[in-house]
Amino acid sequence: MIWDALTLQLGYNATLVTIGAALLGMAAGVGGTFLFLRKRALVSDAISHATLPGVALAFMVMVALGGDGRNLIGLLGGAAISAAAGLLLVSWLSTHTRLAEDAAIGSVLSVFFGFGIVLLTVIQTMSAGQQAGLEGFLLGSTAGMLRNDALVIAGSAAVTLALVLLMRRPLTLASFDPDYAISTGQNVTRTDLAMMGLVLAVTVVGLKIVGLILIVALLIIPPVTARFWTERTDHVVLIAGVLGGLSAYIGAALSAALPNMPTGPIIVLVGFGFFALSLLLAPGRGVVSALLRHSAYQRRVHLRQGLLALAHGQPIYERLTLRLLQTQGWARPDGVATSDGRARAIKALRDETRWHIIRSDPAYEAAASLYDGLTEIETVLTNDQIMEIDSRIDLRGAVPA
Amino acid sequence: MTVELAAVAGQSTSDINRAQSPLAIRGMTVSYGQKPAVFSVDMTVEPGKMTAIIGPNGAGKSTLLKAALGILKPLAGTTTVYGKSVSEQRHRIAYVPQRASVDWDFPTRVIDVVLMGLYPQLGLLGRVRPMHRAKANDCLIRVGMQDFATRQIGQLSGGQQQRVFLARALAQDADLYLLDEPFAGVDAATEKAIIGVLKSLRDAGKTVVAVHHDLSTVAEYFDNVFLINTRRVAEGPVASTFVTQTLQDAYGGRLAGAQMEALRLAPLDASTS
Amino acid sequence: MNGSEFVPLSLVPMLTGIFVAVACALPGNFLVLRRQALIGDAISHVVLPGIVVAFLLTGVVSTWPMLLGAAGAAIVAVVAIEAVRRLGKIEAGAAMGVIFTAMFAGGVLLLEQSDTSSVHLDVEHALYGNLESLIWLDATGWSSLWDLEALAGLPVELPRMAITLVVVALFIAIFWRPLKISTFDEGFARTIGMQTNLLGLALVIMAAIAAVAAFDAVGSIIVIAMFICPPAAARLMTNRLEHQVGWSVAFAALAAIIGYVLAGYGPLWIGFADSVSAAGMIATVSGLILGITALIGPHRLRGAAAPTA
Repeated sequence: MIWDALTLQLGYNATLVTIGAALLGMAAGVGGTFLFLRKRALVSDAISHATLPGVALAFMVMVALGGDGRNLIGLLGGAAISAAAGLLLVSWLSTHTRLAEDAAIGSVLSVFFGFGIVLLTVIQTMSAGQQAGLEGFLLGSTAGMLRNDALVIAGSAAVTLALVLLMRRPLTLASFDPDYAISTGQNVTRTDLAMMGLVLAVTVVGLKIVGLILIVALLIIPPVTARFWTERTDHVVLIAGVLGGLSAYIGAALSAALPNMPTGPIIVLVGFGFFALSLLLAPGRGVVSALLRHSAYQRRVHLRQGLLALAHGQPIYERLTLRLLQTQGWARPDGVATSDGRARAIKALRDETRWHIIRSDPAYEAAASLYDGLTEIETVLTNDQIMEIDSRIDLRGAVPA
Repeated sequence: MTVELAAVAGQSTSDINRAQSPLAIRGMTVSYGQKPAVFSVDMTVEPGKMTAIIGPNGAGKSTLLKAALGILKPLAGTTTVYGKSVSEQRHRIAYVPQRASVDWDFPTRVIDVVLMGLYPQLGLLGRVRPMHRAKANDCLIRVGMQDFATRQIGQLSGGQQQRVFLARALAQDADLYLLDEPFAGVDAATEKAIIGVLKSLRDAGKTVVAVHHDLSTVAEYFDNVFLINTRRVAEGPVASTFVTQTLQDAYGGRLAGAQMEALRLAPLDASTS
Repeated sequence: MNGSEFVPLSLVPMLTGIFVAVACALPGNFLVLRRQALIGDAISHVVLPGIVVAFLLTGVVSTWPMLLGAAGAAIVAVVAIEAVRRLGKIEAGAAMGVIFTAMFAGGVLLLEQSDTSSVHLDVEHALYGNLESLIWLDATGWSSLWDLEALAGLPVELPRMAITLVVVALFIAIFWRPLKISTFDEGFARTIGMQTNLLGLALVIMAAIAAVAAFDAVGSIIVIAMFICPPAAARLMTNRLEHQVGWSVAFAALAAIIGYVLAGYGPLWIGFADSVSAAGMIATVSGLILGITALIGPHRLRGAAAPTA
């Protein structure tokens, strides 16, 4: 069953929804990357919560006009309008009052959502409202979806993805280096507006699949995950798109295949699984590798400082330093250097002195910039250079007793 | 010319003052990521003097101060204040942070900020009595800000904000005053007011340490200098330490001859340039 | 509206609404000033997985396990957000977004997977609660306030919320100075020996306690609104923290009263038969109050000069 779902053999509607979800996931991953890089990830939370009153109002208007109110395009149109209003309010509050953006986001999302709840309770009392199923927009529901709705979702997800890919270059530039983008004549305000437009489109299209509470996860989790694997903006965009698409595809397929598996939550959890793995295991930025690197680095620092202290015949103040020196066989428990330790201490001191000379000599500026207290000088300078440096050192009296 | 091996490598060669020093740092290393901002630095501040911490941009001046106070967690190193750990001596330390580190939009008045300096005396629930207000007001008078007591702090100019910070430090009645770039971005009047207050503290037997970036005023303002560029470069009285060679060591030739001349220091030895 | 109708039907929900609003607004002042407004958003989302896990562990829908489960989830969320932020070097907003959505998704999935059809436990309830259902059946009128027998029948949410409010208010009062100093200037706070990290965590835990105690009666959405809207509106009214907190309490209570009245009686005034969600209406009114202060609040602009008093 799961295999059938993953290979798109669960019937036409489920296939459409799964493909639509995958397209949407890719669009969300790519679009969300720009939000993340501009440190505005949670703006999307305000946008998504602000869709609720729009959905409810659109339903009421359509009913008032004599329809049954459940036209998906109409509902999504309403969602887009009220989300845009919420977005405008967030930016107005944070530019025209002293409130910070997080307070603006929080107030807009809670107030719009609260008002949406008020409208939902109104709808429940309307005669047409009994089976409105608008609650499905809270958490998404793709089970038993009409063919038309499935087509709308797959189609609009494809359009959104196309738009995101089209806008990729200017968005990358603006989120990587806004000042430079302005200097090249790019209108960053307009690019920002376009970015928000894309986020809004992703949100609205995602309402029916993931639901308005969880759609932010699709915009936030893939870029955050991608960031662990690369330092390059264009690669973050790419990886986030792939991860977003993959999470949505797997999630939607699982949801179609298994009972009691709501689409939105399962998509989010698949994405979170990728995130958790990356957080722990990614090379470079992952936690495990960072911890290993940090403790190795701390050991090197302590050993180096310990050697320098030995070279000066100074007491060693920190227990960790002494313990590490002992483990290396470079010092005795009372803090006195062993013969091996003394030889290394002299070498450390001589290197430190060499560094001191090249750092105060403009001729070695490039090499001096590599100083970090630990780098071996032989890796930076040629033997001839080192000999030249050594000729300036007075070695007499340098060897401690 | 030759450089003597032991003298240059950053470690302080004597340890006699550690117990009496208002601020003694040993083997301090602080790192952002994998590159140390401060590496294995020793510093021994002389009591009753004004000491400037100087060095090029990014040399670790502020970092050293923050790590010594425990605001940043060092990778290695110990700090003692009058021979004891920092946490035992908090009441003897007053710290004036960089202006940029504070939320200036915070809803509070100038006088309230100065009263924060009295917190260690007031505790959680102690009442603010007239004598506390009088003391806070006194501190504002000393920095020339008494007319601004009820202003919201965000409405002050940069120099005025700096003076309020100094007033708060004065209210702490400390023995050791640590200031992070107190003259950065302030007007001439403020600079004059601040240095006047600092000198009066010194004359009253207090110890002042300030991160400083303006080489042209070092000799006029300070007694001692501490030169740092990731490592300790030199430490001692201005007259013997603030000289061409140590500056060249700290700034790595980034100071042009003209700048040196402006500092009225001897030009560099021809053989090293 | 006379006592025999008001006291049994409206007094308890209205008072509960006020207590919730004030208990959330008090810590909200500091959250807003610390740029942590959205931590309230995150906390209120993770209440759902907390109560679901508590239900699955105990098998019953009863107050204490659920409160503990929700509080536990709030603490897990706060710690996880902080861990992701530090370990992964990820900006706070994004870290929040990752954690609260994942936990909420987990809660919904657990709920769907387990057999909860027999009990009243659903997502909508956690979101917007049911303030209107807090009816005081034993009350007959104002005199019931002095009638011990009738008081014994008070909905348990009211005293619970009152105690929460007292706890939160005491915390803010006792730690007023450290909270103020560390919010304004964290570096200075540390140099005078304050445990700023612990204090920050304690503040968030207080917010979590308020949120958890409130969700059962009023749902999550009102909690987020009350954390942010009254303090934000209050910030635009004054430049002194002491006054800001006062304004925020007043705005919170006002939103609760007006919101409850509008939800209960508003529809009747314009000819509808049924009332609308009180929690939603209270959130809406708090937003309107914020809107008004954003337009005319005397201190709405950054760095504006003080008006001549």
